[in-house]
Amino acid sequence: MKKNTTTRLAIILFVFAVAIYLLYPTISLSMMSEKELTEFQNSDPDSYNALKSKAISLGLDLQGGMHVVLEVDLKELLDKLAKNKNPEFVQALDEAVKETKGSDADLIATFNEKLKAKGMNIARYYGSSERREESEVLQYLYTQSEEAVTRSLEILRNRVDQFGVSEPTIQKQGSSRIIVELAGVTNPKRVRQLIGKTALLEFKLLKSPEVTSNVAIKINKFIASKITPGDTTASDKKEKKDSTSTALEELFSVNDSDSAVSGATAAGDTSKALFEENLFFQDPRDRSTLLVPADKENKFKRIISLPEVKKIIAEEAGNAEFLWGSKKVANGEYLQVYLVNKKQELSGEYIVDARPQNGSPNDPSSMGKFEVSLTFSDEGAKVFARVTGANIQKRLAIILDERVVLAPTLQAKITSGRARITGMDTFESAKDLSIVLKAGALPAPVRIIEERTVGPSLGHDSIIAGSYSALLGLIVVMLFMILYYKGSGFIADMALMLNIVFIMAVMASLGATLTLPGIAGIILTIGMAVDANVLIFERVREELRKGKTIRASLDQGYGKAFITILDANVTTFIAGLVLYTYGTGPIKGFAVTLMIGIAASMFTAIFVSRVIFNLFLDNTKVTKLSI
Amino acid sequence: MQFFTDTHYNIVDKRKMGYILSGTLILLSIISLILHGGPKYNIDFTGGALIQLKFDKEVSIQDIRSAISSIGMNEAEIKHFGAPNEVAIRVGAEFDLETVSHNIEEAIRKAMPDNAFEEQRTEKVGPKVGHELIIDAFLAIFWSMILILFYIMWRFEFRFSIGAIVALVHDVTITIGLFSLLEIEISAPIIAAVLTIVGYSLNDTIVVYDRIRENLKSSSKRTGNITEIVNRSINETLSRTIMTSSTTLFVVIILYFFGGEVLRTFALALIIGIIIGTYSSIFIASPIVIDWKFKKA
Repeated sequence: MKKNTTTRLAIILFVFAVAIYLLYPTISLSMMSEKELTEFQNSDPDSYNALKSKAISLGLDLQGGMHVVLEVDLKELLDKLAKNKNPEFVQALDEAVKETKGSDADLIATFNEKLKAKGMNIARYYGSSERREESEVLQYLYTQSEEAVTRSLEILRNRVDQFGVSEPTIQKQGSSRIIVELAGVTNPKRVRQLIGKTALLEFKLLKSPEVTSNVAIKINKFIASKITPGDTTASDKKEKKDSTSTALEELFSVNDSDSAVSGATAAGDTSKALFEENLFFQDPRDRSTLLVPADKENKFKRIISLPEVKKIIAEEAGNAEFLWGSKKVANGEYLQVYLVNKKQELSGEYIVDARPQNGSPNDPSSMGKFEVSLTFSDEGAKVFARVTGANIQKRLAIILDERVVLAPTLQAKITSGRARITGMDTFESAKDLSIVLKAGALPAPVRIIEERTVGPSLGHDSIIAGSYSALLGLIVVMLFMILYYKGSGFIADMALMLNIVFIMAVMASLGATLTLPGIAGIILTIGMAVDANVLIFERVREELRKGKTIRASLDQGYGKAFITILDANVTTFIAGLVLYTYGTGPIKGFAVTLMIGIAASMFTAIFVSRVIFNLFLDNTKVTKLSI
Repeated sequence: MQFFTDTHYNIVDKRKMGYILSGTLILLSIISLILHGGPKYNIDFTGGALIQLKFDKEVSIQDIRSAISSIGMNEAEIKHFGAPNEVAIRVGAEFDLETVSHNIEEAIRKAMPDNAFEEQRTEKVGPKVGHELIIDAFLAIFWSMILILFYIMWRFEFRFSIGAIVALVHDVTITIGLFSLLEIEISAPIIAAVLTIVGYSLNDTIVVYDRIRENLKSSSKRTGNITEIVNRSINETLSRTIMTSSTTLFVVIILYFFGGEVLRTFALALIIGIIIGTYSSIFIASPIVIDWKFKKA
């Protein structure tokens, strides 16, 4: 028995240690004052972000921010795609929109019905040499609507950096919706502008590996010179301070003067921390690409915006700039950076169509791979012929909203206005690329169908009110337990406190978000978690009244109450699970804390409290149970 | 300290009174719902916009109303929210979501140039989203009931799950009826509260059921009849039922008073639900186990 207790105690201590480890980022961040936080954020943004991503994040309702749901505007899409429009078309579309408004009905199908009723064939508007059948046309329209969502998603992901938000969420919901959550953004107008802005697709020439190499070496030399102590004079430092602050403004498009000032002081104070070795290196497989560790993104951004570095770029590469790649590589550990000409060779407007296809079996280099076939407009074909003719064997970067999507090599002069981008490993990646390439030609019409903003002051008030009532509730319940169950109540209280620690730890490890309803869930859990102990203690009292010994009463009490607790908790858990499945946003947050709370309370109220009882019984001669 | 230990209240014999009381409450709830034209949904369900503004100085609802009626929003619902310098303005889904808050704020700024305000919260929901939310909410309540029914059927007997479900329908109906009487709007968090009530009430019911099951087993030779066993089980668990209900009620009442304006109706829903849930597990769920048996026999 005694050995058993020791093992169990060890388990509890181990779980507790893990919980504290998981909670460390949350605790250390919440211990800092607001001023310390901004200082930390400015001096070392990467480790700040790393810590923050491991801490429990606050929901938009608590820290303020925006939640936007976008939906593809099918009406506009149908309107844009159609050719040979006539009055019947306009009428049918209007009627279909009216009929499907406020319901789940399928607009495309309804529209088709309306057209039929007017004696029109949908193929008249959307048909082509490849699709004549009605079913083919419908299939085409559904595909277009899905692609519009995917395209908007890609475009938004690409732009997210401009918001300067630490953990933006952009996800697809269902088949035609996108959810965007931006914490701390309180300027809906700016967000709306960014979301609504038409995507910018450009083609620019990539610098040759040699040039990129030279620039990289020079920058590294410059960094090395800054690391060597003793060469930073006071005036030097001052100059750097100013330049960095303006650069920061550009990068994060910070408009208010407050953050610009704090950015400046932080940069001045930490200019040493800014320079470090191995900030980037050349990709050994593709020497025109630099790789930057993902956690050093901000440092690199600052370095390349220093005037000294700009000078190096201008000297070595002419009118060129660094652009980020759109995807992370090597398991998301590295970001790609490309050196490209500032001059735009071609823009996305010239692209008429882009579609994924299998690699040609006649061409050994593309066999078994996938590719995208591109069609340019007549005017685009002329420009493309000139660009390809003048730059054979150079690489042309495809750039969406200032990010390099891909940089294929130009193999030959192309005069036909049809090009292939070859060598993709999966059909999916070819499809994604084709969707992006159409961004210039077919802007995805998306509309805001839901928008919620919470001002930072309201969020702040909510946190205070929430934590205040949680604390008060906890104290009242704990006092109540001690009053009613005396010593045993104290044991239950210890279990309860541990319960809250565990809930928080599980939330941190799951990356769950704490929302206002979530706090309510925790408060409710406080009330319900003691239920298990109440059940047990009432049972133990019953057994004691029957004249059983303390140990026997405890054994019986715990044993009999366990079944009840299990049944009761499973049913509540089912309710939580259903809430989680059907709920959105804040309701999901409530359900998560409720379920975690139930699981944690099973452990603390049954297992932990029992071990504490055993510890007392094993080590002292208890003649009367304080219950 | 101990209360309600070793009680011998004859609850089961008086169950008719419980049925009558509950029947009356349900009837009143339905009447109230009919009179109010069904539950009052908030913009989460109906679509529309809610804008909460905090002014520097106190502001009258009349002034706000005249300010925004100039832009055609005569139907807007305007309320003080928590303090006399805070207002919540609600308009229907017929206005363009993307511009509605901007228009309202412009109109107020023009009408009250000397009373500055800041935007505390805006919620804009398209009608389609709201429609889907209603469907999801009903599906959530439906599925949780079905799943729980099966769980209880598996763990106990069929008549137990009938008792539990009747108690649940009872709790949900009366809670929603009370909401309509108190003119509380049904929002997404309120649906969450209702589902919590479902879970909570079940929690209570199952504790009593568990005791009935246990007592039924130990009196295998039909020493006591079912009425006596149910009554004994209710009494044996009474102390726990009241203890747990009061601690939970305590924290929810604290949430109501100190949890802030946003959580207030949510807390109120829980207070109502906990009281009704506790009552129903004693006076409805368990007696039904007896009466169902009689009917069958």
